[in-house]
Amino acid sequence: MARDFKLPDLGEGIHEGDILSVLVKVGDKIEEGQPILEIETDKATVEIPSPYTGTVENIAVNPGDVVQVGDVLMTFSVEGEREAPSEPAEEPRKAKAPPEPAEQAEEAEAPPEPAEKPEAVKVEREPEASEAAPSKKEGEAPSRREGPIPASPSTRRLARELGVDLHRVSPSGTGGRVSAEEVKAFAEQPKEAARAGEEAPTPKAPPSEKAAPSPPADWSKWGPVERQQLRSVRRATARQMSLAWSKIPHVGSQEIVDITKLEAFRKKHKDEIEAHGGRLTLTVLALKATVAALKKFPRFNASLDEETQEIVLKQYYHIGVAVDTKDGLLVPVVRDVDRKSITELSVELNEIGERTRDRKVSMEELKGGSFTITNIGPLGGTAFAPIINYPEVAILGLARARWQPEIVGDVESGEYVVEPRLMLPLMMSFDHRVLDGADAERFLLEIVSVLEDPDRFLMVI
Amino acid sequence: MVMGEFTQESELLVVGGGPGGYAAAFRAADLGWDVTLVERDPKPGGVCLHRGCIPSKSLLHLSEIMADAEHAASMGVTFSKPSIDLERIREWKNAVNDRLADGLLDLCEKRGVQYIQGRAVFESSDQCRLLESEVSRIKFKHAILCTGSRPSSLPHVKFREESRVMDSTLALNLQDIPESLLVVGAGYVALEMGSVYAALGSKVTLIVHRDRMVRAADPDLTVPLKRKLEEVFHSIHYNTKVASVKEQKDSVEVTMEGEIEPSKQLFERILVAVGRDPNSNDLGLENTRVKINKRGYVQVDEQQRTTDPKIFAVGDVVGGYMLAHKAMHEGKVAAEVIAGQPSAFDVRAIPAIVYTNPQIAWCGLTEEQARSEGRPIKVTRFPWKFSGRALSMDAPQGLTKMIFDPDTQRILGVGVVGRQSEGLIAEAVLALEMGALAEDVALSIHAHPTLSETEGEVAEIFLGRSTHVLPKKGPGQSSAD
Repeated sequence: MARDFKLPDLGEGIHEGDILSVLVKVGDKIEEGQPILEIETDKATVEIPSPYTGTVENIAVNPGDVVQVGDVLMTFSVEGEREAPSEPAEEPRKAKAPPEPAEQAEEAEAPPEPAEKPEAVKVEREPEASEAAPSKKEGEAPSRREGPIPASPSTRRLARELGVDLHRVSPSGTGGRVSAEEVKAFAEQPKEAARAGEEAPTPKAPPSEKAAPSPPADWSKWGPVERQQLRSVRRATARQMSLAWSKIPHVGSQEIVDITKLEAFRKKHKDEIEAHGGRLTLTVLALKATVAALKKFPRFNASLDEETQEIVLKQYYHIGVAVDTKDGLLVPVVRDVDRKSITELSVELNEIGERTRDRKVSMEELKGGSFTITNIGPLGGTAFAPIINYPEVAILGLARARWQPEIVGDVESGEYVVEPRLMLPLMMSFDHRVLDGADAERFLLEIVSVLEDPDRFLMVI
Repeated sequence: MVMGEFTQESELLVVGGGPGGYAAAFRAADLGWDVTLVERDPKPGGVCLHRGCIPSKSLLHLSEIMADAEHAASMGVTFSKPSIDLERIREWKNAVNDRLADGLLDLCEKRGVQYIQGRAVFESSDQCRLLESEVSRIKFKHAILCTGSRPSSLPHVKFREESRVMDSTLALNLQDIPESLLVVGAGYVALEMGSVYAALGSKVTLIVHRDRMVRAADPDLTVPLKRKLEEVFHSIHYNTKVASVKEQKDSVEVTMEGEIEPSKQLFERILVAVGRDPNSNDLGLENTRVKINKRGYVQVDEQQRTTDPKIFAVGDVVGGYMLAHKAMHEGKVAAEVIAGQPSAFDVRAIPAIVYTNPQIAWCGLTEEQARSEGRPIKVTRFPWKFSGRALSMDAPQGLTKMIFDPDTQRILGVGVVGRQSEGLIAEAVLALEMGALAEDVALSIHAHPTLSETEGEVAEIFLGRSTHVLPKKGPGQSSAD
């Protein structure tokens, strides 16, 4: 028979640790007491001895994993028995051995000895409706209970239908049993804003904006007011910006780029592009320059997976372009910018911009970007601090290019002139959890070097 | 396209017409889907109906009658030895099968499920070739794999109809009643079929690979059965296996290793019942995204989805408890999920039954599992020698036990051995699914005098308020332990 080995209580109130090293491998024969793992806790490094004599059937952890007391670490087939263990659950934090272990002794017959249940795709057997974000509401008991929650089959089905995670329902029944009424009541609670948001990109709720309910605001006591309901784009923007701002430590970084030559280049080719049905704008050129920089600095084209503590580098280049519409700000995404020519991008950006302003763009087209550009230049502005389009990690803003007197040449040697040059302010906000100031500067300098020299532009796009 | 090839389109293709398959097909049809059921046999029912559950229970019923008749002598009624008409037995057994199979065909028709006899081979994730069938191809939106399993053979011996080495299928055909029969196996098939042949007159030798029969059940449940089989079988040998088999004209020479003397013996027939293998190898699954593990079981999640988004799988082919009722429930889940319902296979208890005499039945946690998990439990037992009903049937060899969580008093597992255990386990399954506490079962009135009373009594013993058994100290302890 197979035996799962779970992380035992390590004492001293410690309930989790990092796997430092795995001292055995699958297939090894081990003795009871033999060290099999090293775990690092807050206090010390602990060697974990094997509780069984047998053969290692499966190792469910890797060095670097964080494990909790109770997580399955390894599975053994105990001496004399050669059979398959309950198929390993995936990572420790997701591991839950099913209540009926799936084992089959060599000669076992079908029932009553259950044959091995392939677990790789099969996750828990217990009624966890969803991996709901464990956000704690103020003043409530720990929101997740462990183990299978006692509830009748019809209640479990109801929970599934209503999308309720039984682990989060506080039961009043004897022995922790959850009733159908409790499930319904739980489902009817007002959902936290971001959890239900279409634009909120992850299922995790933001820190709850609903603290202890405060008395309704009354500004009319100071003078007449008009109330406008937050809806549609405005509401989505409010939600999305709150989320981004609260989650990401924003840092701003600025540069100025001389686009005199680029502008000449643009004017030169503008008509020919128009003949193809597109508009060659600065934004189009910025798209390409951005991708050139993203290729060189891939961590700007990424997201932070907080659950797994990983920076996810995207190997695609879908750039969102902020569009100001009469209903508010929308960000349609231009996909695979790296694979499209300037002509194609000019056509596509023009077309999608129009459709966005006409509110004819689909939900799908507003999703899936890996980076965003926002160009306020057509309207004006010298500088602004854009908010990152969460869950991206950086955003590039362009303000209005202006003719300014610039020093061209070398001041020290005396060989210089003062010329009118077309100067474009660039602003970048980045996520300081993932990127640092030096990275940001280098990234911006790359963009600067691409935009200020059309020859270099051609070479890198 | 070849002349005469005929491709059909169906919304849902169910491959395999056993309990998993027909349950899924009927549920899907009831939910409004257009279903095609493909099965290799001419009628649905699968192994369960034709080569397993049903025929074996028919034969076991006869064995029970014969055993009861013989036993009645000790109570004052003596029957003469029965005469066995093997032909008639086969006829009756097959008639039972046919009646049920015809019933299933009828249900197919009434529900608009198209039944096609043939062998399905996947060409892609949305198309199957049908061999040995009038229809040559089926295109589908979704498919459910219900192809089941087949008896495992010993490494060196193949099952053939003319052979003296039988698997359960051949054994159920009752070709003859061998004078001597070697039964290899330790689970319910070996024990049930061995019992049938013993009842019909064979001298049965049972060899068990390890140290115990029915290893999935707790040892205390198998003890009464072991004692009875020691009387019924000629001999039982543990830690013994077959090394080689040599078929001769009228017998088989078997060389064994283990606790048996002599190690080389002659038997008229051998019955090999050492497990079952999933039928996943010749379905063309490599042309789909379905993943199979190294033992041949199809990988699924708790909604019965495989790694191919269009294909689901249920029953023996996915492993787990290889039982018809598990397959049926999974089949329904698959059908419901395909129909967009939030179903999932999240049962708390799957009952398992051994239909020997005495029967064994259990569900939920076993003591051994609890021990290996290091989980604290309290176990309470009620021996049937204290049960009025058991004594009135002269069937005192029995035991009902329950395993409780010592803190919450919730019932975690139940095991029964004795006559009619098959019926007693139903209450246990419901109790487990409902998350019942000892109190819930103890406070429910169990009719007197019945064997089901033993279940109520066990709960009362746990709570320290049993009537028929002296309470010892507090809950969980009794003189009956």
